Amino acid sequence: MASLKELKDRIGSVKSTQKITKAKQMVAAAKLRRAQAAAEAGRPYATRLGAVMAALAGKVSGDSAPKLLAGTGSDKRNLLVVVNTDKGLCGGLNSNLVKAAKLKASELLAEGKEVEFYLIGKKGRAPIKREFASMIGGGFDTSTVKTPGFEEADAIAAELIGMFADDTFDVAHLIYPTFQSALVQDPTVNQLIPVPSPEASEDSGAVVEYEPGEEEILEELLPRYVKTQLFGALLEREASEQGASMTAMDNATRNAGDLIKDLNIEYNRRRQAAITTELIEIIAGAEAL
Amino acid sequence: MPLHFELVTPAKQVRSEDVHMVVVPGSEGEFGVLEGHAPFMSTIRDGAVQVYKTEGAAPEVIEVRGGFAEVGENGLTVLAEHVEA
Repeated sequence: MASLKELKDRIGSVKSTQKITKAKQMVAAAKLRRAQAAAEAGRPYATRLGAVMAALAGKVSGDSAPKLLAGTGSDKRNLLVVVNTDKGLCGGLNSNLVKAAKLKASELLAEGKEVEFYLIGKKGRAPIKREFASMIGGGFDTSTVKTPGFEEADAIAAELIGMFADDTFDVAHLIYPTFQSALVQDPTVNQLIPVPSPEASEDSGAVVEYEPGEEEILEELLPRYVKTQLFGALLEREASEQGASMTAMDNATRNAGDLIKDLNIEYNRRRQAAITTELIEIIAGAEAL
Repeated sequence: MPLHFELVTPAKQVRSEDVHMVVVPGSEGEFGVLEGHAPFMSTIRDGAVQVYKTEGAAPEVIEVRGGFAEVGENGLTVLAEHVEA
């Protein structure tokens, strides 16, 4: 049985926890708005690039296609690029991502393929290491900058394309959260390298002139496309993290409130009982005289 | 008829407006785009995009780095990696 003083301390501790979760919730709500705006502002570029890619990829095919589009001709060695957050306090977001990554990894392993991980963000490292310790290849630390932007995407893309050029993997998959709302962030698995050939859209039929040639443009476009994919993933991660954090902290604040209420009732009841006992003792003592 | 001009970077849409002419630093030389230009696509080198709001007006200069330009039915789109404000 906890003493009165212990109960009182417990209430105090839950109250200060509640203050922290409430503050974190408000910070996340403010940041979410900014992250969401950033994610939306990045969309026109990605859409345009996708459209141009589709138009070009339809024209350049066969043997002349660059390696980034055509692939190495094998799909044995797989690289899973997992985008996790750097900070916790965001509910099940990271564990959902890790779950999706592990699912994909076991799927590939079951097909007799090799799997390697490339981890972006701190929070995925420990849980993936527990199960696939020998398969963790490289990684990229985004925790040193406040808001990862295009430079980080640039650096990651350069490293991945370099690894691809050095022939260390055949296929790369990108696993990242897609922000749908503050309540829902679904892990998404996309093929990153080789760039999946988009649906060729032979639209207007107008003769387009290319300068320099089509292949040269495509060659320049593909790394850019990979970069944009990674940048999009980073933006989505940012929005997802804040959204998930807001929801999780809202729940935590509410739970703390409930707990405080219960503890207060318990505390008052116990105090009343102590007073009653004391009174009975005094009365009994007086009667005995 | 004005030319519809869009300048987009990964971070945001910098410009979307109707202008008279735009001069783009293509990788094989600068080219000017007016309304009704034939469909055209080119990579661009680092340099200045000159935007002429009206005929004969002084151009507005925007420094861009890395990207490409596309001329289609609905005007000119420049996709640049960086834009110096």
